[in-house]
Amino acid sequence: MKIYVPADALARALGADAVAAALAAAAAARGLVVQILRNGSRGMAWLEPLVEVETPEGRLAFGPFSGADAGALFDAPEAHPKALGLTEEVPFLKRQTRLTFARVGVIDPLDLADYEAEGGLAGLRRALAMRPEAVVAEVADSGLRGRGGAGFPTGIKWRTVAAAPGPQKYIVCNADEGDSGSFADRMLIEGDPFALIEGMAIAGLAVGADKGFVYIRSEYPDAIAVLGRALALARGAGLLGASVLGSGRGFDIELRVGAGSYVCGEETALLNSIEGKRGTVRAKPPLPAIEGLWGKPTVVNNVLSLATVPIILARGAGYYRDFGIGRSRGTMPLQLAGNVRFGGLFEVPFGLTLGEIVNDIGGGTASGRPVKAVQVGGPLGAWFPPALFDTPFGYEEFAAAGGLIGHAGLVVVDESADMLALARFAMEFCAVESCGKCTPCRIGSVRGVETLDRIAAGDGTAVPLLRDLCETMRLGSLCALGGFAPYPVLSALDHFPQDFARAREAAE
Amino acid sequence: MPEPSQTNRVAEICQAHAGREGALLPILHAVQAEFGHVPSETLPLLAKALAVTVAEVQGVVSFYHDFRAAPAGRHVLKICRAEACQAMGAVALAEAAKARLGVDWHGTSAGGVTLEPVFCLGLCAAAPALMLNGVLAARVDVARLGEMLAEAGA
Ligand SMILES: Cc1cc2nc3c(=O)[nH]c(=O)nc-3n(C[C@H](O)[C@H](O)[C@H](O)COP(=O)(O)O)c2cc1C
Ligand code: SF4
Ligand code: FES
Repeated sequence: MKIYVPADALARALGADAVAAALAAAAAARGLVVQILRNGSRGMAWLEPLVEVETPEGRLAFGPFSGADAGALFDAPEAHPKALGLTEEVPFLKRQTRLTFARVGVIDPLDLADYEAEGGLAGLRRALAMRPEAVVAEVADSGLRGRGGAGFPTGIKWRTVAAAPGPQKYIVCNADEGDSGSFADRMLIEGDPFALIEGMAIAGLAVGADKGFVYIRSEYPDAIAVLGRALALARGAGLLGASVLGSGRGFDIELRVGAGSYVCGEETALLNSIEGKRGTVRAKPPLPAIEGLWGKPTVVNNVLSLATVPIILARGAGYYRDFGIGRSRGTMPLQLAGNVRFGGLFEVPFGLTLGEIVNDIGGGTASGRPVKAVQVGGPLGAWFPPALFDTPFGYEEFAAAGGLIGHAGLVVVDESADMLALARFAMEFCAVESCGKCTPCRIGSVRGVETLDRIAAGDGTAVPLLRDLCETMRLGSLCALGGFAPYPVLSALDHFPQDFARAREAAE
Repeated sequence: MPEPSQTNRVAEICQAHAGREGALLPILHAVQAEFGHVPSETLPLLAKALAVTVAEVQGVVSFYHDFRAAPAGRHVLKICRAEACQAMGAVALAEAAKARLGVDWHGTSAGGVTLEPVFCLGLCAAAPALMLNGVLAARVDVARLGEMLAEAGA
């Protein structure tokens, strides 16, 4: 009997290790021989820990599972109180189009044979048989855009690095994932690390880089451990090293761990951090593609961008490009978080409206109270009120509505949320995380906190000041930390003016 | 002056990272894992090993939130302060922790618990989240936090 218990950090944080132990004990007590496999997460946070049992008809799901549910799984599985039926038929999963996350939760993340059996390495094999320019063209034709936030076309970035002169180039994977509400990078690395490794190897072959770095934030101890083991396995199997899959072309990857700095997710700060420096932002130009790590041409891509490359190579650019809307091609792993009933990871083609995502998929709030707002794209993303829920999920569509999709993390708050407090938090966060290089960000964010405190105390004359300050930050900041921190502040102010007037009304 | 044993250990750590490009962060992580903080006496040793100035090493140590100049308490409790956790009661959870421990952020309680803020642990779909002594916990309420601290003997 084969049983799956996720080793994903979220499942473990909800007791998955104890569940695995209880299942082993209950099986032993019944004299049953079971194999307990630790997979990634299927991404349904409200059902974690989600236990699955393999049957000839497919896997059966049970959750949210606790140790006390273990015995019944063996004694009366059909009547089990936590039974959810076939995993693949659970509506939240069934409605998805999983391309980037196809194997996450399905395979044993550290079993290379399992990886290959589920379609892994097909993309790399095809890339090895192609000319590097053709690989870059395939990625460009797919329409894939950077999933880290800025949405820059990945193929164009690769072409720039490929064309840059010099013998030494680098592939850098940005796994800093600092945005609140985001966890797709973490889930991918914990659930299917070879997909990232394969994507980086393809990138290396395509642009002529023989060395890669993955920069993971220190807040992700499980992902760090899994990727470290996956890299060792990949080297052992000849997937990485002097001759990738026996091709005679070399590529290897080094893992680097961040140190608790949000701004190090910005690509040039990240490069400084890998170089062993303070994580301050560099002025652009030069672009990292021309002068990146140690001044060498460097591809910096998000985990999801790189992990999507294998399926594009395996299935062809057209297959991927056919999903999506407008200039947002392919699928996006949405992350539903905060006060949401059905939180987790939901990969779909671009194009659902925000309302469909929050209400139909997310099921509204966890508290049962009405949704007040949704912050899309992390701490620098705008708050969307329900009035904007008809906005289709796409880069241009969200920009037109005054926001951004960023890394596609969505934080839902219910009507009890205080938007002024959240605006203040955005400024405070910017002050804490500012790299200090430019005054509008470093000082402006501190002034922003003070100004919001004045508004909270009932001083309505501070509102125009806040707007001015936001304008100064927007225009005068070198990077998007200072430049975009005004988004959550102004969107809160514009859409929820009543939250900024409450103290004043009370005073009057 | 650092203790001789500390000097030796730092030399070993630097040696283990010799030849690695941009080794300062990995070395600082290793030093902190060894001593629980980055002792100021070790900075000249690191500077020498990496052929940079002490001021540069100091600048890096102070830039990153993870590196401590002084030891933490026996227990380290990191509570997520970011938006998704706020949406599920993280502010109240943090206030309860502060009250119970009698400290503010970055303080260490009489019982040896250091309270630190953290901005997202990637568990935002099961908020609020925290990390106690390196172990993650999700969907934590005030009662559960109390149990966890009691179990840890804090
Ligand atoms: C303050 C700040 C934080 C960022 N954090 C991240 C991050 O955690 N992960 C990420 O992939 N990109 C992050 N970015 C975007 C990167 O600078 C960069 O655009 C991205 O890594 C490029 O990869 P992509 O083209 O695959 O998206 C951040 C940008 C800023 C300004
Ligand atoms: S905007 Fe802020 S974080 Fe970005 S470069 Fe300027 S000071 Fe640094
Ligand atoms: S916001 Fe708290 S874990 Fe992400």
